[in-house]
Amino acid sequence: MSENSIIVEGLSKTYLIGHRRSGGQFKYKALRDVVGQEIRNFARKAVDAARGRQIVQGDEVEEFHALSDVSFTVKQGEVLGIVGRNGAGKSTLLKILSRITEPSQGRITLHGRISSLLEVGTGFHPELTGRENIFLNGAVLGMTRREILRKFDEIVAFAEVDRFLDTPVKYYSSGMYVRLAFAVAAHLEPEILIVDEVLAVGDIEFQKKCLGKMNEVSRSAGRTVLFVSHNMDAIRNLCSRAIMFEAGRVRQIGDTDSVVSAYLNRRSLGPQVIELAGKMEPANFADKVRPVTLKPLGSTEGWLIPFGDELTLELTLDVNPGVRQVELAIGIRDASDFELVTLTSYAEPTHLQVHGGLNTFRITFERLRLLPRQYSLVMTIGAGRGFEAHIADAASFEIVANAKAAQVNAEGIRGAILASTTITATS
Amino acid sequence: MKNVIVIEAGRQELHYWLDLWRYRELFYVLAWRDLAVRYKQTVIGVLWALIRPLLTMVVFTIVFGRIAKLPTEGAAPYALMVFAGILPWSFFSSGLSEASNSLVNNERLISKVYFPRLIVPVATLAVAFVDFLINVALLFLLMAWYGFAPDWRIIALPFLGMLVFLTSIGPALWITSLNVKYRDFRYVIPFIVQFGLYVSPVGFSSSVVSDQWRLLYSLNPIVGVIDCFRWSILRGQNDVYLPGLVASLIVTAFFLWFGIRQFRKSEKSFADLI
Repeated sequence: MSENSIIVEGLSKTYLIGHRRSGGQFKYKALRDVVGQEIRNFARKAVDAARGRQIVQGDEVEEFHALSDVSFTVKQGEVLGIVGRNGAGKSTLLKILSRITEPSQGRITLHGRISSLLEVGTGFHPELTGRENIFLNGAVLGMTRREILRKFDEIVAFAEVDRFLDTPVKYYSSGMYVRLAFAVAAHLEPEILIVDEVLAVGDIEFQKKCLGKMNEVSRSAGRTVLFVSHNMDAIRNLCSRAIMFEAGRVRQIGDTDSVVSAYLNRRSLGPQVIELAGKMEPANFADKVRPVTLKPLGSTEGWLIPFGDELTLELTLDVNPGVRQVELAIGIRDASDFELVTLTSYAEPTHLQVHGGLNTFRITFERLRLLPRQYSLVMTIGAGRGFEAHIADAASFEIVANAKAAQVNAEGIRGAILASTTITATS
Repeated sequence: MKNVIVIEAGRQELHYWLDLWRYRELFYVLAWRDLAVRYKQTVIGVLWALIRPLLTMVVFTIVFGRIAKLPTEGAAPYALMVFAGILPWSFFSSGLSEASNSLVNNERLISKVYFPRLIVPVATLAVAFVDFLINVALLFLLMAWYGFAPDWRIIALPFLGMLVFLTSIGPALWITSLNVKYRDFRYVIPFIVQFGLYVSPVGFSSSVVSDQWRLLYSLNPIVGVIDCFRWSILRGQNDVYLPGLVASLIVTAFFLWFGIRQFRKSEKSFADLI
């Protein structure tokens, strides 16, 4: 049983990425500059094409190291959790492991057939019926027709879609769609299984079912599982070992508990004070108001907010002397960019009075009871007469599960629980 | 012992063709999917596969046969000669244009799961081949309409079907892999298809090309294929220009080798570029 199932040695992956010159579209004053830049870009692209290289859009090309010198081994039958922030290299690693893309350097040895659930529902076709899509999706994931036939009833039962089996999936509700997709994927039987964030779908009942299935899959037949999630509870429950990535490198590898707590600690050590300079759109708003910094107040863990606590922000704006009053709107968005909560001075009868120079504002979200996940803050600043600027991703924070969260079964919350709404029994 | 997979930069797959064989079910499923969704939400459905070649035939017969008064092959009706040319040409052109967009259209598959990428464009060619078979059935109806019976040469038709498949696959694979890297080809392909229709002897007989240019003309691989189709269908009323046929076959073989080679070379970076 102590045989190695996955051996990764010195793995690196480099991408070429292009940038537009900073400063946005206002940088080029003269047509001559624009034309000159376009001609340079065209010449570079032509040379790249002639040499058979990749074409990169943009004015400047940079090498980006998505992974650098990653080495680790996974034993057969082990469930390894992979944690790290967005952009730490987890997805790139999984893509290389599942042979979707090739590494720039290094070597991986895999013992056994590998299947990956990088995204459920890959290859579903909206015009085809549920039944047809089971076969299509199964084949895409590497199952043979015979395997699918044998498990067909099990898949249908798991997905709970038997009544709609002969309906095109474009008429399915999103929940049904996801259930069917996960059901097909969950019935794969490879020796090595890669799972990326599939548990963040469906309603709470179905999520529990998925976790159960994951558990069952990993316990049976000495299967090796790599599991990527931002849900630390799921990692703790499922994994025997964990690995933490940071900026394309392995930061720590070891038993789950120590890696997970190290990860949570590191997260809170992220930059407390966020510099907002240059993040604003449109940039020419800067001759009225320039946002300077944003920082959390009161919380000992910075941008990690315990479930049910308040989130207090301190915003500093640099205001030009001519501007007397501003408006502020701050929204909380989830990972899919849906705005859950908006706090705005536009809704108030009075404007926010400012003076020339630095002004600070305190913004408080009381008793923030949101599903324990990552969220981002968006900001709108108004300076009267229709002048308005936006900051799309001002800062991100995370709601952390705690005892209070467990009490109200926070994983089952779909929206924000408002502080001032009530439900009372009336008879 | 279980199979061991080694992933390394620039490593050529040892079991590439074996892998392709293992994934043959995916090939069937993808071809079947494209067929199944093809005429969904259309009113006349599969009739589209018949209308297009028929209308092309009518127009070419009028333009080249009646107005330009070009000669037909021997005693064969002009319309039949045109249709015998449309058969391989429409397979070649629709195969080329659909295969070249196949990878980009299946972007979600390419960037989420591994399988030999070769399956995707070849599956779209298989779909075009079904249209080809429908056209063959239509051909027999037309022959009955004109009272033109085939002779023993018609036996060659299945082999010619395979030949046109091989002729199409090479250029299709090459352009498909180029299209992933340089999307310019999305705009180039309609041109190739449009010009090709007039450059290739679809609406006229290849014998109208003067002898001194004929060998050069045959470097277009589809010329030899169309001549063979006419030879088989029209009771050998045209004579196949042998040096030209050899040239066409050599070009076909070259493109087959070149297309597969280029495709395999760029295959691994598809997910990064798409």
